[in-house]
Amino acid sequence: MTALLSVRDLRCARGGVPVLERVSFDLAVGQALILRGPNGVGKTTLLRTLAGLQPALSGEVICAEGVTAYASHADGIKTALTVAENLSFWAQVHDRTVPDSVYATFDLLALRDRAAGTLSAGQKRRVGLARLAVIGRPVLFLDEPTVSLDAFSVAMFAGWMRDVHLAGGGCAVIATHIDLQIDAPTLDLTPFVAAADADGGSDADFL
Amino acid sequence: MKALLWRDLALAVRAGGGFGLGLAFFLIVVVLVPFGVGPDRTILSAIAPGILWVAALLAALLSLDRIFALDYEDGALALLATAPVPLEGVALVKALAHWITTGLPLTLVAPLLGFFLNMDPAAYAYMFASLALGTPALSVIGSFGAALTVGLRRGGLLLSLLVLPLYVPTLIFGAEAVRRGVDQTGAAAPLMLVGAISLGCIALLPFAAAAVLRINLR
Amino acid sequence: MSMWEYANPKKFMDWTAPVLPWAFGIAGLLTGVGLVWGFFFTPEAELFGATVKIIYLHVPAALMAINAWFMMLVASLIWVIRRHHVSALAARAAAPVGMVMTVIALATGALWGIPTWGTYWVWDPRLTSFMILFLFYLGYIALWEAIEDPDTAADLTAILCIVGSVFAILSRYAVRFWNQGLHQGTSVPVVTGGRTVADVYWVPLLMCMIGFGVLFVALVLLRTRTEIRLRRMRALTARTTRAA
Repeated sequence: MTALLSVRDLRCARGGVPVLERVSFDLAVGQALILRGPNGVGKTTLLRTLAGLQPALSGEVICAEGVTAYASHADGIKTALTVAENLSFWAQVHDRTVPDSVYATFDLLALRDRAAGTLSAGQKRRVGLARLAVIGRPVLFLDEPTVSLDAFSVAMFAGWMRDVHLAGGGCAVIATHIDLQIDAPTLDLTPFVAAADADGGSDADFL
Repeated sequence: MKALLWRDLALAVRAGGGFGLGLAFFLIVVVLVPFGVGPDRTILSAIAPGILWVAALLAALLSLDRIFALDYEDGALALLATAPVPLEGVALVKALAHWITTGLPLTLVAPLLGFFLNMDPAAYAYMFASLALGTPALSVIGSFGAALTVGLRRGGLLLSLLVLPLYVPTLIFGAEAVRRGVDQTGAAAPLMLVGAISLGCIALLPFAAAAVLRINLR
Repeated sequence: MSMWEYANPKKFMDWTAPVLPWAFGIAGLLTGVGLVWGFFFTPEAELFGATVKIIYLHVPAALMAINAWFMMLVASLIWVIRRHHVSALAARAAAPVGMVMTVIALATGALWGIPTWGTYWVWDPRLTSFMILFLFYLGYIALWEAIEDPDTAADLTAILCIVGSVFAILSRYAVRFWNQGLHQGTSVPVVTGGRTVADVYWVPLLMCMIGFGVLFVALVLLRTRTEIRLRRMRALTARTTRAA
């Protein structure tokens, strides 16, 4: 089975200081990986590095061009636009159309034409997650996707992840503190924390 | 790309600040000038092109910080950076949206306001032409400045400090075109130069803006 | 061994330490002798009277004001292309020095303006260009100060410096287009070689110009060393907090 995403000996930095090192894993089609570790361990840094938002100090991320997507709690939902407008914007940016099933999957049917600014935090989060279903990227990097969701919505998201995204040939790296009820290995980042005197990073020249 | 343009325009219109605010600011500056320099019609007539140009520049500056800051705060910029659209294109489209909401209406309204400042009738066509050619440069230079300061909490004042010196050549050639048009001393050269600055900025600055955005998103 | 090794922060600290006193010494000697010679031992000019002697401050300062920006541009390009930290810090260190040189050139120019033009300030192309240069320095320094992360600040200011240089040159020609001006032509045209300064004034002026150049180098080295130490302190603090 070929891997959709391969990470080899990755070392990432935050603010010029190495925070994680020796991170390696493979994800095949249909697999998810749950990242765990205490706050500040470097989950967000790792996800942003994987998504290409910040450069890695060393190591490599092997992945096809244009298949990845990144999502954090800041989901880029415009409060002045309606839910449908928000989703169709991201669909157009990715050259796709919004499938009607998305509204049912994320329980947004009644909210479709509401301005996103009038939604509750949890409802807004559901729109942000629905964006992931709209853009159709197979490799997802999700940073705390279930923040401010109630138990019902968490189950709904986990259901989509399991039955639609992973079953449909995708994979995902998810940083979360709750149990998503997805059959996936977990990766505790604590052993990968870079030593205080680890080499690399832009500070290294000055030490 | 087109979707981004429509979204930015829709946001500008719905947020209420878009077309109205810049124009209102422009009007207020023009109304305040006679209070400052006195109602002498010959003085007003002489300084009208300069006042309109400086007011247009300040009105363009007013809405610059909204080009990227809102998208940066709600995370949309990071999502756009990982989407299948070039960030250079995003910078250019956002500058275009800024021009449509500020530069274009300013260009259309400026001749009307010239009327209040007793502008020389010969100046109207040159005023319109120089603003039409020059305001795109203001938007593109401004979007570069906005990209530079997007990560800063209080970038507004710094943004003006960085952007205004960059506006100097555009302002000089733009206002000079009107002055020479009125004096009949050859407005073609400054008009072409102001157009050249706009074209050069449109061609090159989006790359600088995108580079700066990538650094700010790190 | 390539020349770039001297750009390593530790190497830089090593080789600049012995150079620094010499640089300050030579700068002090040249400017001191040049100024004293120029102020007290040269004849008064027919056209300008004693006021001509301000040239010994005005011309070197104006020269270094422009050269400082040019040095920042080169340092910024080196940082963007090769990512040597010392280069970025040297650009940061040079900016306030260049700004002070600009202020000296503007202030001495204004003082000189009274006896020759009858006014402190005219919107002459050269004066205006220097005013704009001053604004560029101001923006550059403000951007450095505003950004917390040193690497981000180095990257952003480097790009600002490169873009700003293009606009500074554009402004210079725009300003000349805008107003022909009162300022005399350049006193020391390097390219054509034909200078307009009489020989009696030339030698002390040359001493002052070289002296200001060496003084600039010395100040930038000193300030760069300070920046490196600050950066090193920051790095060490970061490491200690992580180890704890």
